[in-house]
Amino acid sequence: MTESNAIVARGLTKKFGGLVAVDHVDLTVARAQVYGFLGPNGSGKSTTIRMLCGLLLPTSGDMRVLDCTIPRDAEALKRRIGYMTQKFSLYDDLSVVENLDFVAAVHELSRSDAKQRIEELLQTYWLTQQHDQLAGTMSGGQKQRLALAAAVLHKPELLLLDEPTSAVDPQSRREFWDSLFALADAGTTILVSTHYMDEAERCHRLAILDRGRLVADGSPRELCAALPGSVLLIECANPRRAQQALEGDVAIVSMAQIGAHLRVLVRSGAQARTAIAARLQQQDIEAHVSEVEANLEDVFVVATQKPQREAALQ
Amino acid sequence: MNLRRLFSIVLKELRQLRRDRLTFAMIVGIPTMQLLLFGYAINLDIRHLPAAVLDQAQTAHAREVTAALAQTDVMDFRYRLRTPQELDDLIRAGKVSAALVIPPDFERRLAEQALPRPPADPRAFVRPPLQIVVDGSDQVVQQAAAQLALLPLQKLLDPTTAAPVKNVEIVNFYNPARLAPVNTVPGLIGVILTMTMVLFTAMAIVRERERGNLEFLIATPVSPFELTLGKVLPFVGIGLVQVTVVLLLGMLIFHVPIRGTLADVYGAALVFIVASLSLGVFISTLAKTQFQSMQLAFFTFLPQILLSGFMFPYAGMPRPAQYLAEIFPMTHFIRLIRGIMLRGAHLRELWPELAALAAFCVITLTIAVLRTRKRLD
Repeated sequence: MTESNAIVARGLTKKFGGLVAVDHVDLTVARAQVYGFLGPNGSGKSTTIRMLCGLLLPTSGDMRVLDCTIPRDAEALKRRIGYMTQKFSLYDDLSVVENLDFVAAVHELSRSDAKQRIEELLQTYWLTQQHDQLAGTMSGGQKQRLALAAAVLHKPELLLLDEPTSAVDPQSRREFWDSLFALADAGTTILVSTHYMDEAERCHRLAILDRGRLVADGSPRELCAALPGSVLLIECANPRRAQQALEGDVAIVSMAQIGAHLRVLVRSGAQARTAIAARLQQQDIEAHVSEVEANLEDVFVVATQKPQREAALQ
Repeated sequence: MNLRRLFSIVLKELRQLRRDRLTFAMIVGIPTMQLLLFGYAINLDIRHLPAAVLDQAQTAHAREVTAALAQTDVMDFRYRLRTPQELDDLIRAGKVSAALVIPPDFERRLAEQALPRPPADPRAFVRPPLQIVVDGSDQVVQQAAAQLALLPLQKLLDPTTAAPVKNVEIVNFYNPARLAPVNTVPGLIGVILTMTMVLFTAMAIVRERERGNLEFLIATPVSPFELTLGKVLPFVGIGLVQVTVVLLLGMLIFHVPIRGTLADVYGAALVFIVASLSLGVFISTLAKTQFQSMQLAFFTFLPQILLSGFMFPYAGMPRPAQYLAEIFPMTHFIRLIRGIMLRGAHLRELWPELAALAAFCVITLTIAVLRTRKRLD
């Protein structure tokens, strides 16, 4: 029986000695979706992806990936997934075509199939010009396109991408995401980790990880709508002074200066807005306070800061 | 195991090797350099030892003896000394390794030695007329001293007596001219293969892990067995190329004979190459970085050179060292290759050594395979 979900994980936990890298994570990823993992460095994104590929044994928890029970059926799964590592992991001292030839042989493609498929991939990922170039001498964007070509060479059903755009310029990132949606349209399920908000916003669904725990998940829109409290935008002549004036207010979750504005996350909307406006007036700061719609960065800040606040209050 | 996959790994390794100019150069460079260095440098017949003369007799006869010794080329008399103190200073400063001392009573000692004496009273009481002082801190010089004592001074010192009668005649089979390279070159094949094979494999496998290629590979259907075999196979070919280089240069430059069949030489080398590669694979499962694998390779390399019988005679080692030496593949290879090349032995006559090498391969490879997992933790 095939499930409609590509990945189902329950209570997934990984400990490295005393460090809990992944802490009881529950995941459900539907097929043909682009599912994002958003989290700061060290939040357990890579470890989770590695466990899902069968590269790391979980300390506890159950996983079913493409109807395979992991880690038991990891070898069978490896024929059906594509994995792109955070660091470029093809061979720097082989050319583009040599790298792809090798990957094709590893996946047991026949010589004629391999030739045809590689030709196709060179076209799709604009690598025809570079086909004879050594991978080590290519730019970040080119390397990443090559890595993606290698990961999808055997037409995997599930693609796991670990921070694929960390060494790539913005233009290449856009093109890269266009390629991902093209793959998803063709039915490939994609799990992609990132720490860029704009990338997270493009995902169908999203999980926010913080210190090994899954702190939020849903579509970007759902996550923004579900944000407790609200977001205030303070426009004033000197946002830094305003920030100093508001420092220490328990109603405030976080503040960040964005250009000439101060963006303030507060626990509850209406009262907080008047309270803050009053407080600024007390300090002789002329400011316009308005409530705005939450964005994903606000969600991220609330989700990842909460435990710290709670710990501090105890 | 999938043959297409295995072949593609071999092809990839060869392509990478072709682009790695340094390693590529080392394949032929190391054997050539080593052969020339060891072939010319290891020579136990000492010539031109820096030396001094302390002539306290100052007689015509004494000068005659000094001149005769100088003519043998064993010692270069660079200093003529007056006092024993000067001699001490020169030896301590390392300026000379040996000195000829002619005592003041040289003539009297000579005369005493020539006197007929009863059999019950052996010559033991008579002090020899000449003394050679050597620097004992250098083992090679010590060995040379033994050689110096055999110098044909008998006739010179005592023209009346004939040459001494030898009680034992030594018949030198296989290397009658006592040419050092004849003994060194076959063993050198073992040294070169140990150095390059263990190091190359250990580093090639660990490099994949260090550069992050392994993380990609283990997420594919490739098996650890295919990967290891594919990486090791090119080195079998490289090892055989190195054997050929040493054999050719050994024959052309040092006239080292190959008395057994060439097939036996390559057969023995092949088994030894596989044993060295197994050791390299085993090391690769212990090391995390290329640097560590290099250190570990050298850790196994030194005792093999020292204990295998290449440098020092196996028979002269204490029992525990001999047991240890039996574990090393090189010990068995040295016996095999000297047997085949110098004594013209057949491989089948030397089967115990082959069996020992095979056992080494099986054990190290089994441990290595058991230690290899297709995971990161």
